[in-house]
Amino acid sequence: MSQSIDYSSPPPQSSFSIGKLWTDKKSRGVLIQLLAMIAFCSVVLYLAGNVVENFEKLGKPFGFEFLQQESNYDINQHLIEYNSQSSHARAAVVGILNTLLVAVCGIILATILGFILGVLRLSPNWLVNRLAYCYIEFVRNVPVLVHILLIHGILVHSLPKPKQAINVADSFFLTNRGFYMPQPVTEPLFWAVIAAFAIGVVYAFWYRRTAKTKQALTGEQSPIFWVMLGSIIGLPILVFFLSGMPLSWEQPELKGFNFKGGMALKPEFLSLWLALSLYTAAFIAENVRSGIEAVSHGQTEAALALGLPRKRTMNLVVIPQALRVIIPPLTSQYLNITKNSSLAIAIGYMDIVATIGGITLNQSGREMECMIIVLGLYLSFSLTISFFMNWYNRRISLVER
Amino acid sequence: MNKFTTIATAALASMALSNGASAGTLADVQAKGFLQCGISTGVAGFAFTDDAGDWQGFDPDVCKAVAAAIFGDTSKVKYTTTTGKTRFTTLASGEVDMLARNTTWTFSRDTDLKLDFVGVNYYDGQGFMVPTALGVTSAKELDGASVCIQTGTTTELNLADFFRINGIEYEAVPIETNDEAQTNYKAGRCDVYTTDASGLAATRSTFENPAEHALLPEIISKEPLGPLVRHGDSEWADLVRWTLNAMITAEEFGVTSENVDQMATGTDNPEINRLLGSEGDLGAMIGLDKAWAWRAIKMVGNYGEVFDRNIGASTPIGLERGVNNLWTKGGILYSPPFR
Repeated sequence: MSQSIDYSSPPPQSSFSIGKLWTDKKSRGVLIQLLAMIAFCSVVLYLAGNVVENFEKLGKPFGFEFLQQESNYDINQHLIEYNSQSSHARAAVVGILNTLLVAVCGIILATILGFILGVLRLSPNWLVNRLAYCYIEFVRNVPVLVHILLIHGILVHSLPKPKQAINVADSFFLTNRGFYMPQPVTEPLFWAVIAAFAIGVVYAFWYRRTAKTKQALTGEQSPIFWVMLGSIIGLPILVFFLSGMPLSWEQPELKGFNFKGGMALKPEFLSLWLALSLYTAAFIAENVRSGIEAVSHGQTEAALALGLPRKRTMNLVVIPQALRVIIPPLTSQYLNITKNSSLAIAIGYMDIVATIGGITLNQSGREMECMIIVLGLYLSFSLTISFFMNWYNRRISLVER
Repeated sequence: MNKFTTIATAALASMALSNGASAGTLADVQAKGFLQCGISTGVAGFAFTDDAGDWQGFDPDVCKAVAAAIFGDTSKVKYTTTTGKTRFTTLASGEVDMLARNTTWTFSRDTDLKLDFVGVNYYDGQGFMVPTALGVTSAKELDGASVCIQTGTTTELNLADFFRINGIEYEAVPIETNDEAQTNYKAGRCDVYTTDASGLAATRSTFENPAEHALLPEIISKEPLGPLVRHGDSEWADLVRWTLNAMITAEEFGVTSENVDQMATGTDNPEINRLLGSEGDLGAMIGLDKAWAWRAIKMVGNYGEVFDRNIGASTPIGLERGVNNLWTKGGILYSPPFR
């Protein structure tokens, strides 16, 4: 009873018991994570084992040697040299390039359209505002596959056949087999134009740096935009004319069944590109709107009060802050475009899924291998985009001092 | 903890499931009570849905004959539609028990793809269809043409070979199904539609003005079409193979769905007797009873009846028997003997 308790010393260590693992908060946390990890690993192991077992049962070998064999099929749109004697691997590369082409074109167009729509959506003009609103609500609430099929249907069914092509200035032809236009053919002297362009770019960035340094030192501003425009675009154009226009155009011509020569945008590419861009632009527009609205009006007022002109207020105050809100959701829209491009299969655009994941898979019977390749490719595209956008996001994010 | 138990139970359950389904295909089919049959998405005469929504045609009839042999009931078939691209995966994964969908028997499919073709029910070849307005009379005049082609088929490979050998160019317009190909062909997205000649004739018969479209004279390949099963279950392959052979043999010996009852009571021809079960017990050798072939013939008909009913000269498809006639009548259809 009269025993005094020494509060300063740590409480006596109780001996270890199994029950304690569960009652103690810390060890319980570790235990649960451990069990979850074991469960996860065993599911993965089971699935892998299942695959191996089924492969053995079917007597199918696993390997990627088939990629070296002739593909034996033709692909109508190939950015690199390809014919039916090329290997499956090359067919896969053709597919990859086609996917990248439509993804990159889609990202560019969707971004431009999205920004325009987003700004229109904020317009004080009631009609413009409502029209943008209706467009966005219509487009983003209809599945993208429907858009793709719709545009493809319109292009193929409503445009004329090659012999009745819509002819614009004997150079551009619009048919249901594609949009044909002249192709530039470079002549020997064209290297001068390319050199001029390279010099222009170098000079432009050098000028911008010195101009910025000058502004930091003296506060004097230089016409950066116009000088950059002039050196990057103006200089090559000047050299182009001075060197006697070393560029000729190969005109598309109707020969037999189809147009030959020139460049062609096939209806499959056009419909996929337009559908993906129009669809994703509606989402981007909402991102842009939310980004701009997230910048409090006080910021604009403060900038105006400091005497900044409206344009500079927009460029220096509103947009940099809006971008911080816009970029993260924009990343997922870019990822969506890339992944949605696999819907190409519905209209016969030869992307990765149609080449390596479709015809090659079917002709060689290597389902597992082909699907692994397709999966790996999409994953690496998406991770690359994600990586780049995250880098950009960090660059523009608020740096606190 | 709950989550973990759920996952563990699910994993164990799926393990148990996957281990259970390894008996023979025939036993599996009998256990589940129906035959799962892979067919095409639709080719007039070969596979189409009737007014009641049931699948009919030359290919589903093979499935029905097998179902009749096993169950004595042609309605005990469930159909899975497959495209040229999905068919082999569907079969290999066990989603269907057999495929009967104008599929060409080739070396690599029979070996490397681990499938087993059990016979040929239609000897075909790849042809070309063009609008007569184009004025084309030979496939060799097709330089620069756009060609609609179903992806994942042998025709796709033959096409590439044909144009390469003849040194002419073309634009391949890849299409998933026969219906899509028709739509694109009619819209003028392609000048030419190529597939098996029988499929072209069938497709043309559905057009508003069949006379405006011509089949070119070139047949550029051999396309032996037939039913197939997964590799590795020979008993099941035997059953499907001999059901098909029974239909061909029945035609050869004049056994039809009309007279099969009478013939089953016994005839002077021992082969007919063995086929219909009044002599010997062939059915037991493939795991069925004596009357298996009798049921198939009674309920579906012999090969000739099936041909005439679905795609023959009296139908809108109007295909001639040609090489698909019996060997005794100038064709190459030939069943091994029932002995």
